[in-house]
Formats: sequence, structure tokens, C-alpha cells
Amino acid sequence: MIQFILKRLAVAIPTLLVLIVVSFFLMKMAPGNPFAGEKTVPQSVLDNIYARYGLDKPEWQQLAEYIYNVVFRFDFGPSFQYRDRTVNDIIAQGFPVTFTYGAWAFVAASVIGIALGVVAAVRQNSWADYLSVGFSIGAQVVPNFVMAPILVLIFTLWLRWLPGGGWNGGHWSNVVLPVIALATSYFANIARITRSSMLEVLGSNYIRTARAKGLPGWKVIFGHALRPALLPVVSYLGPVFVGMVTGSVVIDLYFSTGGIGQAFVNSALNRDYSTILGITILLGALTITANLVVDVLYAWIDPKIEL
Amino acid sequence: MLADNRIKTVTSVAAAPADVPAKGRSLWRDAGRRFMANKAAMTSLIVLIGVVLFTIIGPFFAKWSIEKVDWSVVGNVLTAGAPSFETGHYFGTDEVGRDLYSRVIQGTQISLLVGLVGSAIAVVVGTIYGAVAGYFGGRLDSAMMRLVDIIYSIPYMFILILLLIVFGRSFIMLFVGIGLISWLGMSRVVRGQTLTLKNREFVEAAIATGSKPRDVIFRHIVPNLLGIVAIYATLLVPEMILLESFISFLGLGVQEPNTSLGALISEGAQTMQYGTYWQLAFPLVFFITILFTFFFVGDGLRDALDPKDR
Amino acid sequence: MAPVLTVKDLSVRFALHESVVTAVNNLNFTLEAGETLAVVGESGSGKSQAFLALMGLLAKNGSVSGQALLGDVDLLALSKTELNQYRGRDVAMIFQDPMTSLNPALRLKQQLAEVLVLHKGQDQKQAETSAIEMLERVGIPEPAKRANAYPHQLSGGMRQRVMIAMALLCQPKILIADEPTTALDVTVQAQMLDLFKTLTEDFGTSLVLITHDLGVVAGVADRMMVMYGGRPVEKGTVDDLFYDPRHPYTLGLLHSTPHIAKRAERLDPIQGMPPSLENLPKGCAFHPRCAFAFDRCLAERPALTQLENGREKACFHEGPMRYGKVA
Repeated sequence: MIQFILKRLAVAIPTLLVLIVVSFFLMKMAPGNPFAGEKTVPQSVLDNIYARYGLDKPEWQQLAEYIYNVVFRFDFGPSFQYRDRTVNDIIAQGFPVTFTYGAWAFVAASVIGIALGVVAAVRQNSWADYLSVGFSIGAQVVPNFVMAPILVLIFTLWLRWLPGGGWNGGHWSNVVLPVIALATSYFANIARITRSSMLEVLGSNYIRTARAKGLPGWKVIFGHALRPALLPVVSYLGPVFVGMVTGSVVIDLYFSTGGIGQAFVNSALNRDYSTILGITILLGALTITANLVVDVLYAWIDPKIEL
Repeated sequence: MLADNRIKTVTSVAAAPADVPAKGRSLWRDAGRRFMANKAAMTSLIVLIGVVLFTIIGPFFAKWSIEKVDWSVVGNVLTAGAPSFETGHYFGTDEVGRDLYSRVIQGTQISLLVGLVGSAIAVVVGTIYGAVAGYFGGRLDSAMMRLVDIIYSIPYMFILILLLIVFGRSFIMLFVGIGLISWLGMSRVVRGQTLTLKNREFVEAAIATGSKPRDVIFRHIVPNLLGIVAIYATLLVPEMILLESFISFLGLGVQEPNTSLGALISEGAQTMQYGTYWQLAFPLVFFITILFTFFFVGDGLRDALDPKDR
Repeated sequence: MAPVLTVKDLSVRFALHESVVTAVNNLNFTLEAGETLAVVGESGSGKSQAFLALMGLLAKNGSVSGQALLGDVDLLALSKTELNQYRGRDVAMIFQDPMTSLNPALRLKQQLAEVLVLHKGQDQKQAETSAIEMLERVGIPEPAKRANAYPHQLSGGMRQRVMIAMALLCQPKILIADEPTTALDVTVQAQMLDLFKTLTEDFGTSLVLITHDLGVVAGVADRMMVMYGGRPVEKGTVDDLFYDPRHPYTLGLLHSTPHIAKRAERLDPIQGMPPSLENLPKGCAFHPRCAFAFDRCLAERPALTQLENGREKACFHEGPMRYGKVA
């Protein structure tokens, strides 16, 4: 088990380093510089600013210091945009918001998706089956940035049940629509994947063996079929995580929830390079960690993979 | 459905004469027949062709260009800018008074183009990459696939946004960005398929007779990958369209006055609250129709070509 | 003594897209306590479907009619829940492919023990101990260690032994083995058949051996039933049918099996293909492939008729059957 995790880390850490280096030099390659936009600044002032942000040092030294600060001090440096804020401040403000609706969406999509998929497979051609099939086809072509306005149209403009935006300190009424908008397409995909893999498992020889033993139906499904049927679902959870991180940009923009996606787009538009870099690296690290967790989970479910 | 399949195999074992030569049953003709019998796929294909024809013929009926502002509706879009035959704005106008009919046609063209180009890049790069990795195997294979894993585990959307910011928004950059990631999935699929093909007799025979690796890959392996590549390429098109529309939604896609369906949907979603629903509805209908039809066509291709169900 | 299983008018039908196919047609037979009955036929003869129907394991589009009396309980009249009390306990089944018939995600001891927990009310620990004992009986080395293994860690032969152990845990009255040796190496096949013979004798279990391989039948079975196109065409003791086949299909099968055919003049495979169940020939289903067919066979289907020594056959020809001459 530990060996398996170490092996995966041996890949994850270089990946993260590559991500840092690539993003860092991408920033350096950007035309213009973050301070050039401000009217005509005397060279002496500009030199001062450069010195303050460490931009006067050679690039390799900047990179080395940056990596050192990020890895050992978890310090992403000062923001280029806001004089009085660090990138850590910006992340600390946005991240809890994104984490709140993201975690709810992740849990909701997995739990409800798996449940609906199982019911659809066990009761093939029932309402649950048609619902999951119809839903998954529909949700495939309705991405979250289309889902969000439709939800607002229905629940805010027509029914007037829920606010169409804002965060309000994470009040439940502000969380509901972002969660639904973010979770829908993944929920539908999870249901579809669960259904088809469950159907395949239910038609397999070892399920016939379990039935021949005289096991009651629920035991056949939960004791024998569910675990192998979940394998493809688990391997889909990695992409779900990535998709939700990406989707947070849409959610933040549309619902003005003030999460990390909003911070990313703002800093992108304002050329706040240190913030862009910081957020990219943070989300990259999270994604890599999530993939690692998924790998371990997969290996734990599938006994054919030796830990 | 599953039960059906099971009994089908039971009876077909009894029914299919194994030693009768398969006369004229070419894979592709067979697949074509199966595809034609698939109502959802055929309907989708016809609708898709209709949409494409519309984007070609539609501009001849347009009374307004994509960028001309109709000053008579400015400031009064809700009533004067509504869809109407009299004003020549068949789909209404957008918030600044430009003709939505022309813009939807152009958006559809661009979205389709992005989808097809992204998918084409995936086909070329992914097929070669996957076939080489699968064919040579060993260390080369694990190094190549490790690279794919690494790129996969980076949140590409953020890198793509970075690219567009750093190098500026342009068509080329958009294609480069999309092309960078679209081939990953394809290369995995192709590699897997190549691994199984490699051990088939006809490939072993080719190797045994001394064919060069390049010839084996291009003459013997790639032709046998075409089916699975066709399926995935078709399914990639809607994915690429989704990706582009997401980028456009963020305001990082094609530049004004050009537009894409994603950009139009984004604009429509923002103005929806003023009651100008058509600004969302028309691009959305085209968007959903294209995605739906591509998914069904891809699905139909899979059913027709996938050897697993045969 | 009353037979342990009496099957009356068993029919199995499958609903296809636009038609209904009859896979088993009015099958009647009995199974005596402790005997081994071989059910022989080509694929599509209905031999497997008949017994899957008894176990309630038909595909979803399948339906069954008739009676299958286990003692005085009609298995086919039971609800799913009621049937669960009998399958696994009184009637057990082993399938053709040992590679895929065990759950890949569960340890062997879990898969074995649950049968005992379910049917014998043992607690988990007791059940695991009994499971390990049974693994030892079926000839698995280091059973206590192997019990913790997952199926993919065992060879095909070992897995089939585990399947046998699992089926015999409750000492069932009937064991149905559907092509149990087809997927195995020839050397392992012989060991497996030995194992079947010993264990069923030890437990007094009646064995139904479904197979297309007459070589398997020869060593193990007492009686055999030959099926063709969903119907039995000949029944009797193995000796009678081997040395004195009365149905041309049985004769054909014998002449298609190398080491049995050695006694005969030549290896003489049956011509043609098994019929499609969707489109069975008129008259005797076998007539298109029968060397002895005459006008009547094309028009009329021969019924199963009683002969001496409890044998039965469905053919218009009378007396012994041999290639070259019709007696």
C-alpha cells in the first residue's frame, strides 16, 4: 500500500514541478509587463517596484525562490494587482467558497448518480431507467454555463424561490443553485456509467453463480454486483473533480459567488500574474492529489491491482 | 436489452454456419447497413446535414451583416428587436442591435469548424502517437503514456486560459490550445487497440516477413484502427464544441465582431433577465441540436462498428 | 424408490424482437437418487436452457412452463424468494467457465461461507472453517491460505475445484454441472471428472452432467439423454446407447468422437449444422442431416416411444442402427 502510494507520488511530484516551471515561464513570456499599463512611471519608481517583487534578479533565481517559497512556506508571494494583498490572501478568501459548493456538488453527483444508476440497471425499463437514460443524454448537451441561466430563469425569475447570485456567507439558499448547476452533468454521467457497468456485471457469470446459490436479490446486488460495478465510476471521479474545478469559473462568474474561479478570471483580465500562477499551481496540486486518491481508491476496490 | 443479447448469441450460435465463407460481408458495408437501421442515428445525421446546409444557404437570405448595427432598435431591443420577418431580423437582434440571424449562422459555422478541426488534430496526432506507443511497447510505451498521464492530470482549462492571455486571443491560438489536449484520449484508445492488434496473426505475419515497423504500422495496424478512430472522432466533435463554447463563455474565444455559439449563449444568458429570451433561445437551440446529433451519430457509429457487439 | 427429481412437460421459450423461440419443447425425464445422468447435445439443443430454467436463471426474455418436482415441491411454481430456499441448498449448479464464474472482487472464503450462513444458519467463523474443510476435500493444497485468495490468483482448474466445493457445501440432493470440463486442459478434465464421481458418491448427490463430449459421458454417467433441437431424441443407459444406438443422431455423435469411434470402422462426422431454433425443419428436426431419412421423416415428427430396458427414442426406424445398413 505504502509502496503503491510512493510510486504514484514519484510521478505526481515531477508533474507538479513541471506545472510550476511551465506556468512560470509562460508568465515571463507574456508580452508587456504588469506595471507598464500604469501611465508613465519614472524609471526609478519602476526599479523600486521591480526590487520589491524581486523582479530585478535573474529569472532562474526568481524561479528557484518561487519554488522554494511555494513548496516549503506555502507562500505564493504578493499580488501584482493589489498592493496590500498577497496571493495567499486572495486564495484564502475564494477557496472556502469554492470548496463549499464544490464539495456539495461532488458528493451530490456521486451519491445520487450511483443510486439512480443502480436502480436503473436493476429495474431495467422502469421509470428510474428512463429517467437516468433521458437525463444523461440531456445533461450531456447542457453544459453548466447553459444550466446556470436556465436555473436562474426558473427558480429566481419565475418562481422567485432562490436568489440568483451572491454568496451571503454561504447561506443555504445561495448554495443550492450553484451546486445544482455544477453537479447536473456529472450526476447524469455518473448515473449513466453506473447503469451500464451495473448491467454488464448483472449479466456476468459470477452474478449467475451468486443467484444459483440462492442469495436474495438485494444481497446479490449489494454483496456481489456493486463493488465490481463501481470500478468505472471510480475512475471517472478524477475527471469529475477536474471538471468541477474548471466549472467553478462558470459558477463564480454567473452567480457572483466570489470563489477561486472569480479570482482567477479577475487576475487574468488584470494581468495579475502572480495570482494567476498561484491559483494555477494550487488547483494543479489539488487535481494531482485527487487523481492520486482516485488511484488508491481504485486499487482498493479492484483486488487485481496489487497494492 | 441485455437479456435480448444473451439469447441472440445463443440462437446465433446455432444459426450461423461457421464454415460457410463470409461472402461479400465487408466490415464497412455491414456497418453501413447497421447504421442505416439505427433510427436515432439516421435522423440525427439528416438533421445535422440540414444544419450544415442551413449555414451554407442561410446567409443568402440574410438582410443584415453580422456587425451592422440596426440603429432603429437600439434602446428598444425588447420590442423592436424581437424576431420578425418585417424588420429582416428573423431571429431578432442582440443587445446592441446586431442581427441575430446572421450571427447565429456565423456562430454555428465557427463552432462546427472548431469541433472538426479539434477532432482532426486528435485523429492525426492521437492515432500516430497511440499506434507508435502501442506498437513498440516497453519503455518507449511507458514513457509516452506517462507523458499523456501527466498532461491529463493538469487542469488544462487553466493552462488554456493562460495560453490565451499570454499569447493573445486568436483563432490560431485557440486551435493550438484545443489541439494540445484533444489528442490525449484518442492516443489512449488507439494504444489499447494497437496492443491487441499487435498480437494478431496478420501483424505477426507481416513482421515475420521482414516488413519495416513503419510499414507495419501504416499498412496493417492503422487501417484496422479506422473504425474505432471514426467513432471517437465523431464523439470528440461535440466535446471540442463544448470546450470552445466554454472558452467563449469566459470571453476568451473568437474576437468581435466574429462570434461562436458559446459567445452568443453567454450574451443571451446575461440579457435573459430583461425578457429578451430569443437571444438565448436561438443559439441554444442550434448548440443543443448540434451536440445531440453528433452524440447520436457517434453512438450509432459505435453500435455499427464496435466489434464487441458482434 | 421415488426419483429425486421428476420433470414433466418442461418447455422454455424466449421472446425475441418479433417472434418467440422454443428452446426446450415438452421435456420429460426423471433423476434417481445418487445416479449420474448425462445430457448430451450440440449447442442450441436446449440442454443448458432446460436446467437454467429449473434454477430460475433464464435470461429476462425467457419463460418456462411445465413441472419440476423435487420431492413434492414444484420448483417451477415457486416464487423467487421461495426458490432461493432450494437453490444452493438442495439443487446446486456449476457452470462452464470457471474463469468468470467466481466474483473477482471477493475473497474465496467470503464466497464460500455465505452459502453456509444463508442455508445452514452458521455464523461467519463456523462457515469459514467448514469452507476450508471443503476446499481441502476438493483437493486444493493449503486450503486455509487459499481461502484468503481472490479468484484471479488461482488457475482455471483450481477455480473449478472451488466451484465444486461451493456447490457441494450444503450437500445438495442434485448437482447440475453445465459443461464443467469444457474450458479446462485435457489432463485437468480427467482429474475433475474423478472428483465429481467421488464426491457425489460420498454425499449421495445425484449428478446431472450437461455436455457435448461423449468422452466425458463414458467414464462417469449411468444414464444419458440425447437432445436435438429442443427435444430429447434418445434416452437410456450409457452402455445401451453407446453399444447399441437406436437414433441416427446418437449414432452420428458416437462416430464423431475419436476414441469411441475407434471401435467403429471410421470417424464419420455428422454432416451439416445444428438447426436454428427459430426455423426448425418440418417433420423430424434431424432429417436434413440424417443419412437414413425417408418420406415420412420429412412430413411427420416421430414421438418418443418406449423400448425395452427402459430406453426411449424418437425415430421411425426400428431396431439397431449402424452405418451401411438399416436393420
